[in-house]
Amino acid sequence: MSKAATSLPRTIGAHAILLTYTVIALFPVIVIVVNSFKSRAAIFRSPLTLPTAETFDLVGYTTVMAQGDFIQYFQNSLTVTVASLFFVLLFGAMAAFALSEYRFKGNTIMGLYLALGIMIPIRLGTVAILQLMVASGLVNTLTALILVYTAQGLPLAVFILSEFMKQVSDDLKNAGRIDGLSEYRIFFRLVLPLVRPAMATVAVFTMIPIWNDLWFPLILAPGEATKTVTLGAQVFIGQFVTNWNAVLAALSLAILPVLVLYLFFSRQLIRGITSGAVK
Amino acid sequence: MGSLKIENVKKSFGPVEVLKGIDLDVKDGEFVVFVGPSGCGKSTLLRIIAGLEDASSGDVLIDGQKVTNAPPSKRGIAMVFQTYALYPHLTVRDNMSLGLKQAGTPAAEIDQRIAASSAMLSLEPYLKRRPAELSGGQRQRVAIGRALVREPKLFLFDEPLSNLDAALRVNTRLEIAQLHNRLKSTMIYVTHDQVEAMTLADRIVVLNAGRVEQVGAPMELYNKPANLFVAGFIGSPKMNFIDGARLGETAKTVGVRPEHIAVSDTAGAWKGTVIHAEHLGADTNVFLETEKAGLVTIRLFGEYQTGPGATLYATPDAARTYRFGEDGKALG
Ligand SMILES: Nc1ncnc2c1ncn2[C@@H]1O[C@H](COP(=O)(O)OP(=O)(O)O)[C@@H](O)[C@H]1O
Ligand SMILES: [Mg+2]
Repeated sequence: MSKAATSLPRTIGAHAILLTYTVIALFPVIVIVVNSFKSRAAIFRSPLTLPTAETFDLVGYTTVMAQGDFIQYFQNSLTVTVASLFFVLLFGAMAAFALSEYRFKGNTIMGLYLALGIMIPIRLGTVAILQLMVASGLVNTLTALILVYTAQGLPLAVFILSEFMKQVSDDLKNAGRIDGLSEYRIFFRLVLPLVRPAMATVAVFTMIPIWNDLWFPLILAPGEATKTVTLGAQVFIGQFVTNWNAVLAALSLAILPVLVLYLFFSRQLIRGITSGAVK
Repeated sequence: MGSLKIENVKKSFGPVEVLKGIDLDVKDGEFVVFVGPSGCGKSTLLRIIAGLEDASSGDVLIDGQKVTNAPPSKRGIAMVFQTYALYPHLTVRDNMSLGLKQAGTPAAEIDQRIAASSAMLSLEPYLKRRPAELSGGQRQRVAIGRALVREPKLFLFDEPLSNLDAALRVNTRLEIAQLHNRLKSTMIYVTHDQVEAMTLADRIVVLNAGRVEQVGAPMELYNKPANLFVAGFIGSPKMNFIDGARLGETAKTVGVRPEHIAVSDTAGAWKGTVIHAEHLGADTNVFLETEKAGLVTIRLFGEYQTGPGATLYATPDAARTYRFGEDGKALG
């Protein structure tokens, strides 16, 4: 950072802006978590106060644990998210490598085609996807969700990763070829480690929408055995009565796994940036 | 073992023809330098020899064997890159041994080869380090070591000194020269720097815009340049080119090297005014605006006191002036 940018008023200004943003972004999350530990009456009486000795109540969590199979829902969400993430990163990186490394006819067109999905929301194809899943007997399976989410995540992954892979030194790949490494080993051992920060970025951007999605679980896998957490939490929202304690508790719980995954990837991100690739 | 023959190699990237038919014969044990301006196709030619790029047409023969369909690892070559291209996640030792392991060399032999080449390049203290923990010069020595352990028929260097600072460049150049003396193996070396070419080569191949302009020993190129391009490229400062008509010559262009012009305060062939003088200690470069020949550069050995505005007389060494025809080719 240059000297001028570190003057006191500027520092204070920058921090004020960042703090304001942090407060705005975190406020709903904190309200959810705080209220999930309060009794129903306390939630409505004073939603913004912390739980006190009288208002502290774990009824939301006990309801969630008692009703429905929430452990199962968690497992479903995790399976779907992790498996989709794995396939998006694997296939996305492989396609990106082919696009950035090999010269072939239609390379640019192929790149555009693969990136097209960034601009066209996959939900437009819901009806066709549902028909497809019905025809192939995949309704109410986690496989259906994994397939859809992999397709949904690939365009952005290919787009971002191919830009990064173009920057990996040609000399390094050529050195590997002279040493007799196969194209697979060059890809997995030389190129992937160097684009790890980009992979982490893609992972974060891919993971959050999958974890939070309500649309496809509701349409493709609403069965009890395949419900995801976000879908499972809906049972507490009724047309006339909503069990707010349970909803807030379920949402609070749903934040945890994704938070862990996020921390893991952001660690990778920072490590990738600070380790300094060798040119 | 270690000869190279290139027969009419052409290469196009899409509509752009980068190499326009290259023929070359390299004898076993020769140190050949490809030199030419940036973008003239040196690296492309080297990559075709290595098998990293396919030629559009033509053949490459190593030791008399056509290698057109052989992958890089099976051609008996090793390559050193400008950007070092060390594997960042491997230690120096593993960087050097990877190629041998891939080729299925027994562990004992790998150890012995690494010991020999790291001794030759004084790399022993760094064997356990990673590339990130080495300086630029050390990294390039490791890259050379990685080439050395392969015991190749043919060493290929692609501007190996370009990323080093001036002092290291001289040291590493010396090291490469000694390496060639000791190993007696065939080396192909690419550079855009004519000083590297002159100091290292047995034979220089001057390339320009995808064509070979001239092939010859360094002094041959210096003393008998075949054309304007070679005359201007070899030698520093650059040869003076003077319009033949101005001097009353039949040749289109007359060339005189800056070091082949004598100066005097009193009398000489070309009278002129000093525009600028560069005092380098060992040399003095004088830029003289002459009435007859236009702006000429003169290189004087040792110190010479002069400055802008001074009047000097310059006399070219008649025995060492060059004449070039309309087509840029040297005349008789
Ligand atoms: N992969 C490629 N695709 C298209 N053009 C290329 C490619 N590689 C090299 N070129 C072009 O070929 C010419 C020669 O390049 P190169 O052999 O790298 O030159 P240099 O003599 O500087 O090493 C340049 O004009 C370059 O733009
Ligand atoms: Mg080059």
